[in-house]
Amino acid sequence: MDGLPTHRRIPDLVVLPGTREELVAVVRLLAALGVPFVPRGAGTGLSGGALADEGSTLVVLTRLNRILRIDKDNRYAVVEPGVVNAKLGAAARPHGLQYAPDPSSQSACTIGGNVAENAGGPHCLKYGVTANHILALEVLLADGSLVDIGSPGGEPWGPDLVGLFVGSEGNFGIATRITVRLTPLPRAVRTLLADFSALKTAGEAVSAIIAAGIVPAALEMMDQSCIRAVEDSVYAAGYPRDAAAVLLVEIDGRNTDAVVAETDVVVELLHKSGARSVRSAASEAERERLWQGRKKAFGAMGRLSRDLVVQDAVVPRSALPHVLETISTIASHYGLVVSNVFHAGDGNLHPNISFDATDPELKRRVEAASAEIMQTCIAAGGTITGEHGVGIDKLRYMPLIFDAESLGAMHAVRLVFDPDERVNPGKVVPVHACREWTHARGYRVGSPGAAPRGEAA
Amino acid sequence: MTILDKVTALLGEGAVLEPSPDRVPRIAPGSPDAVALLLGTAHQEGWRVRIEGAGTWLPSDAPADLALTTRRLDRIPAIEPSDLTATAEAGIGLDQLRQQLADHGAWLAIDPPGLAGRTLGSVVATGSAGPLRHGFGPIKDHLLGVTFVTGDGRMVQSGGRVMKNVAGYDLTRLQAGGFGAFGVIVLVHLRLRTLPRADVTYLLEGAREDLTQVGEDIAAAGLTPAALELVSPALARRDRWVLGVRLAGSPALVAADEAGLGAASGGGRFTPLRAEEAHAFWMRLAEGFAIRPVTFRIAGVPTASDELLDLLQHQLGDEWISASPAAGAIRWTGDATIDRLQRLRRTLAGLEVPLTLERAPWPVRGAVGHFGAYREGVGPLVAGLRRTFDPGGAIVVATEGS
Repeated sequence: MDGLPTHRRIPDLVVLPGTREELVAVVRLLAALGVPFVPRGAGTGLSGGALADEGSTLVVLTRLNRILRIDKDNRYAVVEPGVVNAKLGAAARPHGLQYAPDPSSQSACTIGGNVAENAGGPHCLKYGVTANHILALEVLLADGSLVDIGSPGGEPWGPDLVGLFVGSEGNFGIATRITVRLTPLPRAVRTLLADFSALKTAGEAVSAIIAAGIVPAALEMMDQSCIRAVEDSVYAAGYPRDAAAVLLVEIDGRNTDAVVAETDVVVELLHKSGARSVRSAASEAERERLWQGRKKAFGAMGRLSRDLVVQDAVVPRSALPHVLETISTIASHYGLVVSNVFHAGDGNLHPNISFDATDPELKRRVEAASAEIMQTCIAAGGTITGEHGVGIDKLRYMPLIFDAESLGAMHAVRLVFDPDERVNPGKVVPVHACREWTHARGYRVGSPGAAPRGEAA
Repeated sequence: MTILDKVTALLGEGAVLEPSPDRVPRIAPGSPDAVALLLGTAHQEGWRVRIEGAGTWLPSDAPADLALTTRRLDRIPAIEPSDLTATAEAGIGLDQLRQQLADHGAWLAIDPPGLAGRTLGSVVATGSAGPLRHGFGPIKDHLLGVTFVTGDGRMVQSGGRVMKNVAGYDLTRLQAGGFGAFGVIVLVHLRLRTLPRADVTYLLEGAREDLTQVGEDIAAAGLTPAALELVSPALARRDRWVLGVRLAGSPALVAADEAGLGAASGGGRFTPLRAEEAHAFWMRLAEGFAIRPVTFRIAGVPTASDELLDLLQHQLGDEWISASPAAGAIRWTGDATIDRLQRLRRTLAGLEVPLTLERAPWPVRGAVGHFGAYREGVGPLVAGLRRTFDPGGAIVVATEGS
């Protein structure tokens, strides 16, 4: 299982190599034996992407956890895939630098996993997602060969294979050495908490801030259900329990005067948009407390029920009010509790459905509601995942956003890197939807593991 | 039946333009579907097709049976100012696109080299970022998705129209800077910004080493320029090197940076430009790279910038150079022989610095290639991708060189 409780798999074997050389030897042995394998970091993913089936070997990379180099002057670091995101941030900080992508699971998730999933996080609104921060990779292909792609200067050295590899969910191989871009730490940070009596007005405030030409470092929204879950937990952050929604807005920069001036503009916009109150964190401790509530919201919601499905979809920002309203209607229709905590500035929604997976009828309703939520987002011009990946959980939705030609093209690209489809088989691209392309090319489709897996266990 | 007869029967007379100077038939499909039809036919017939935009960047000289120009794909199906996104066809000229976006208060924060009418598709296919790369990143960071047609006429979508998207593999980044090796881009989904409410440019003239130091001081002072570009005297048409600093964003941000600029000038004096002067300066810089026969870019780590500039001057002469030292990006244009370019590329490879040939006459780019030889293990991957997206090799493109 990974962070998504609705899928469970049991691999034949689990291997935890302790060095790059051991990893290469393991993958070469698996290649010689023709055994499929699944690379896995900390297992915090939310799409079932790091699950290995019977017949597969799980290759866990958490012991490859060394930071090999930090080049302060040129602002990059070279790390092994098992380095924990927050630990890289901590190592960069004394140099006045940061690794900007900050998924909510950053205290546990690994850089290798971030690369595989093209992970995001609250501060990606200003600083960009993982793909914007990866300069070069050493990649271990399924056949056991090592390939260097990209360069520390950022020029790809040929076609942008680094850009292609990031977000490929392990299907193209394992990133064994990762060169990441580090950015200067902001010198000034202002964190605001604004509360609203309606989700709609909170959504309008988001649009007003973006339209003003200000790019906050983060612009996060939580609805009342989420607020109450946080406030009832050990992560209580002082959010107003009676608010229909709160916005957490962070403005940062290298110039204090500019940050202060932009903060003043944002405060005015929040009030004009109908905020009942706007509170500014008065200290670093208060700022951390406000952020802890947001980043631990998923954990806090764990108290609501035995299981939690964290959904992930993206819609155009302007569609947020309508889509949130529709999600609420869907939740009512199926008699479910849906809490929303999400990256409002990016339009990246995370509707969370609390339920008990041991109740088959409830589970059926959760799956039906999830599908309707996805269809709502697609109909609004959005997509099925902004940062969690397709994995196995969203395979069924891929034909809703890509036609057979496009899915076929993706599958054919995968075959270039892994002709036998042994790395993380059955993920990302629903092969049955693109058979025509691959047959037309004479590619061999499908080791037995290549077919899409069945539904949740 | 000639190729021209067959194409006319396929797409109609309206798609047939005046032939190129080398007498190659020039075809301008009027829709993405027509591009697919043409390439599908070319694949079946074994025709070799060269891809052109407005014809202002790469010379129209690659040996081919026909030239496919995207210039009639010039529509902008959507501009969404509230979402800061737009969708544009690949043949739209950047000047037209900029104007229409500005009418909606939106801005595409790129300033690639080339003439004002250079097409969007050309910029994406070559991955040619300009000075705004300093503040807003490479071309690929401005793309939300693309639709492209493969060499055998299949239409493929990648990405979408929203700010974040990890559904499926990122074929958009493969297309950005792929020089058309993996298909013809027909539609582009763009990430926009609001038109900057403040946008000012300052220039400082001086010795190259001194200006480099000023650039470092600006970064150390915490200023956040949109562009910080070091320009050679020949390109700037000045007596000495010039450091161009562009500040763009909210009035508060720009005012704060302006206040800090003087302290970082190293005793020199920045000259503010009037709006029309600033426009002319940056346009001249962009257009300068479309005049000389050969243009290439290199990118090393920032601390190597000085050494790389010295190397260029030593091996190719003090021609027209523009550099973004903090980003490690350098662009050179001038006249260079095949031998010299190949020697320079070998020298740079020893320093772990790639050279991407952006523009040159066919004999040069055919021999040198846009990318040159790949590193160990990369060649088979690129060849496999090329076979995937252009199985018959219909698209004429010089990636590796001969």
